[in-house]
Amino acid sequence: MGMEGIGASVARKEDKRFITGKGRYTDDIRPHGMTYASFVRSPHAHAKVASIDTSEAMKMPGVVAVLTGQELVDDKIGNLICGWMVHSKDGSAMKMGAWPAMAPEIVRFVGQAVAVVIAESRNGARDAAEKVEVAYEELPAVPDIRAAIADGAPQLHPEAPGNIVYDWALGDEAATNAAFAKAANVVEIELTNNRLVPNAMEPRSAVASYDEAEEHFTLYTTSQNPHVARLVLSAFYNIAPENKLRVIAPDVGGGFGSKIFIYPEEMVALWASKKVNRPVKWTADRTEAFLTDAHGRDHLSKAEMAFDKDNKMIGLRVKTHANFGAYMSLFSSSVPTYLYATLLSGQYNIPNIYAEVIGIYTNTTPVDAYRGAGRPEASFLLERLVETAARKLKLDPTELRRKNFITSFPHQTPVIMAYDTGDFHASLDAALKAIDYAGFAARKEASQKAGKLRGIGLSCYIEACGIAPSKAVGSLGAGVGLWESAEVRVNPVGTIEVLTGSHSHGQGHETTFAQVVADRLGIPLDQVSIVHGDTDKVQFGMGTYGSRSAAVGISAIVKALEKVEAKAKKIVSHQLEASEDDIVIENGNFKVAGTDKVMALANVALAAYTAHNLPPGMEPGLKEGAFYDPTNFTFPAGAYICEVEVDPGTGKTEFVNFVAADDFGRLINPMIVEGQVHGGLAQGIGQALLEGAVYDENGQLVTASFMDYAMPRAEDLPSFKLSHTTTLCPGNPLGVKGCGEAGAIGASAAVINAITNAIGHEKIEMPATPARVWNAIHGNA
Amino acid sequence: MTTVTLTVNGKAVSGAAEDRTLLVHFLRDHLGLTGTHVGCDTSQCGACVVHIDGQAVKSCTVLVGQANGANVTTIEGIAKGDELHPMQAAFRDNHGLQCGYCTPGMIMTSIDIVNRHGGSLDEATVRQELEGNICRCTGYHNIVKSVLDAAARMNVAQAAE
Repeated sequence: MGMEGIGASVARKEDKRFITGKGRYTDDIRPHGMTYASFVRSPHAHAKVASIDTSEAMKMPGVVAVLTGQELVDDKIGNLICGWMVHSKDGSAMKMGAWPAMAPEIVRFVGQAVAVVIAESRNGARDAAEKVEVAYEELPAVPDIRAAIADGAPQLHPEAPGNIVYDWALGDEAATNAAFAKAANVVEIELTNNRLVPNAMEPRSAVASYDEAEEHFTLYTTSQNPHVARLVLSAFYNIAPENKLRVIAPDVGGGFGSKIFIYPEEMVALWASKKVNRPVKWTADRTEAFLTDAHGRDHLSKAEMAFDKDNKMIGLRVKTHANFGAYMSLFSSSVPTYLYATLLSGQYNIPNIYAEVIGIYTNTTPVDAYRGAGRPEASFLLERLVETAARKLKLDPTELRRKNFITSFPHQTPVIMAYDTGDFHASLDAALKAIDYAGFAARKEASQKAGKLRGIGLSCYIEACGIAPSKAVGSLGAGVGLWESAEVRVNPVGTIEVLTGSHSHGQGHETTFAQVVADRLGIPLDQVSIVHGDTDKVQFGMGTYGSRSAAVGISAIVKALEKVEAKAKKIVSHQLEASEDDIVIENGNFKVAGTDKVMALANVALAAYTAHNLPPGMEPGLKEGAFYDPTNFTFPAGAYICEVEVDPGTGKTEFVNFVAADDFGRLINPMIVEGQVHGGLAQGIGQALLEGAVYDENGQLVTASFMDYAMPRAEDLPSFKLSHTTTLCPGNPLGVKGCGEAGAIGASAAVINAITNAIGHEKIEMPATPARVWNAIHGNA
Repeated sequence: MTTVTLTVNGKAVSGAAEDRTLLVHFLRDHLGLTGTHVGCDTSQCGACVVHIDGQAVKSCTVLVGQANGANVTTIEGIAKGDELHPMQAAFRDNHGLQCGYCTPGMIMTSIDIVNRHGGSLDEATVRQELEGNICRCTGYHNIVKSVLDAAARMNVAQAAE
């Protein structure tokens, strides 16, 4: 390991522009002649659009155009798509209601766009949007799962009777039922996984322009995957052919899943830029973000676990209702199915699992992937169930877990996943040591004397990351492959540009990706630049989500580097008259082992481009590309332990300690990895204690601003104690597993397990606000 | 329309804007100082914090007319040439930022925190003082570390002056 290579906590290359105010986010971009878009949005959760009168709006100063959904229809712009087909138990395809970018006939959630005003100024567009007269005929709305599945519930889409998208199942029902029939003990749990709003700090934004002469569009936008955006905008929305559409995701201020999807507003801005033949900017305000960014989670579940007389897990049955909101967002269908039920085995050897998932339409904002996407829901359910079981079976929660840990690998679960490696005892040991588990009883007693309730809770999570083997996801219904691409360009003077299809929106790729290259070639970090986020520069890529950038994106870079190194060695071998096999790369030099013969990388590169003396038949240049398709998911895993003190007088939970012991395989930049864990933990803790999207009975989002939705603030969170255990992933060249989602996946169960342990009451919903905790303590739950 | 003259990052600037123009939009749209960000509409997130006459202020709470004659410092104005402000350096060295969007506001607020508390800062105080700044990436762990680190650097620098 060099000072800047793999394993070094190097300060980030990208930071200088961010700390000096020189970052370039989409809203910072102002092309000449730019106009501003403001959307007219439905104030109703469910209504017919009887008429739209734009005449008064058109008279407002500076208005360039007012466009409605009917014009999208007239221009044959496609409806929004869901890119993952899921089939119900009966073999039928999921039931999809049409989602037009601006609704011409019916609105199905508060905030759905019906028209857009394009004007010379931001304020002018907003003023005119208020003058668009939309006549609505209100329809009865269903604000949540229970209302949607009730007898006689209002129906959202004629295509989906009963508001059911699909009724899906995974696992062997008969075998699982047989296991329950012979169980010595069965433990049941019912829980809600609360609905969350992602709230990346940078609101979504689009700056679209159209070049009439070239018939070419350019879209700057807040995307985690600009190539996928271009593909969808081109192939499904009919905006423009791919070669006439450039999508650039410049600096992007956080995503957490919410910027994977291609939303109505970005598409409309692009379409409108041609209609008005001027650049169009749209930037969400925060309430628009609350109303239109895809939400996360929102499950109602019942689960039961069967144990034999030795407390071995012999069966797990789960039934989950998942809320999709009013329309099926881009990858929504996969989240509560293949990203959820496939993780229900957790870290345990459970021979029989049967999971049913019923996807539901409601008159709410569409729901899709949010940090962890399905895996936090699985982990929360399982770890709440295991902790509850330990309490019911009068076992220490560590003992019940240890008794059932998977210890030999590879391990095939009954729910698709084949775990490649792991050491669950090791991460649990590390976490127990970090929190001084043995000393807890004494600490609890001390708290008791001080009138406080102290509790400790565990969560042993596993996740499937490195998304994903294309053939496998294709067989499960994915509409895309989930490989990644890379190109390594060695310039004639030996500097290197690496083009990657991954996208960084906070993860620090410009540093970690460069570290991998610097490490292999033994060159300074400054010699390597990472290029990403522009469809004109990088040919194709699948973007960043699902903790895939290291496991898939870097693996593609390594593959391309191997080709570059192989070619370079051929050149060196030719020029130095040595065998290729004897050439080693050290400190930026190609050396002939056992001799003093050496060629610096810069000289090799120059030789490749001058092409004066290359091996016979070799093409000039030193540039190689690669596509890497993983052979399996990766399986980061770990143990989180939370210790809290609850004030029985107020119900307020205070953190005493929070420890995380993660196994992410090899760490490229431990400092960045730890930062990812901190952020994930904050989101998991936020879900457990603070956050929750609340709709009223009419489908109005009550929590639609930072005044009403409790984002975690500095004072709400503890400092975290992190540690790492390591089993290298055998499936990729560096042995990396991914670290971006772990915190959000593992944390919430640890917090709720700690609170329930403290108050001696199992029934507490997230967010566990002081009021809920107080009511639980005082028997009012 | 309002015509204003103010000092921004040490330079006199003037301009005309609609009366309802917020200082944050004047900085971004009229002066091209896009380091100051907008993260909410309710003065909750702190992405827009600048210094007005030496104090941290959310620039979304100020009409540009109210800033007439004021001395405004933005994130673009705190480094001395190539020499970063100690708070900027501390954020970089402690990985106090990820996506960078809340960072300018965090840095401007944090400088104000250190200016007000000097050497008596502890973790609890920093966490309490950051109440008006929201970060979604870092879990605040490394932001708190950065502020404490910068406080030490700034106090040393002050002692040396």
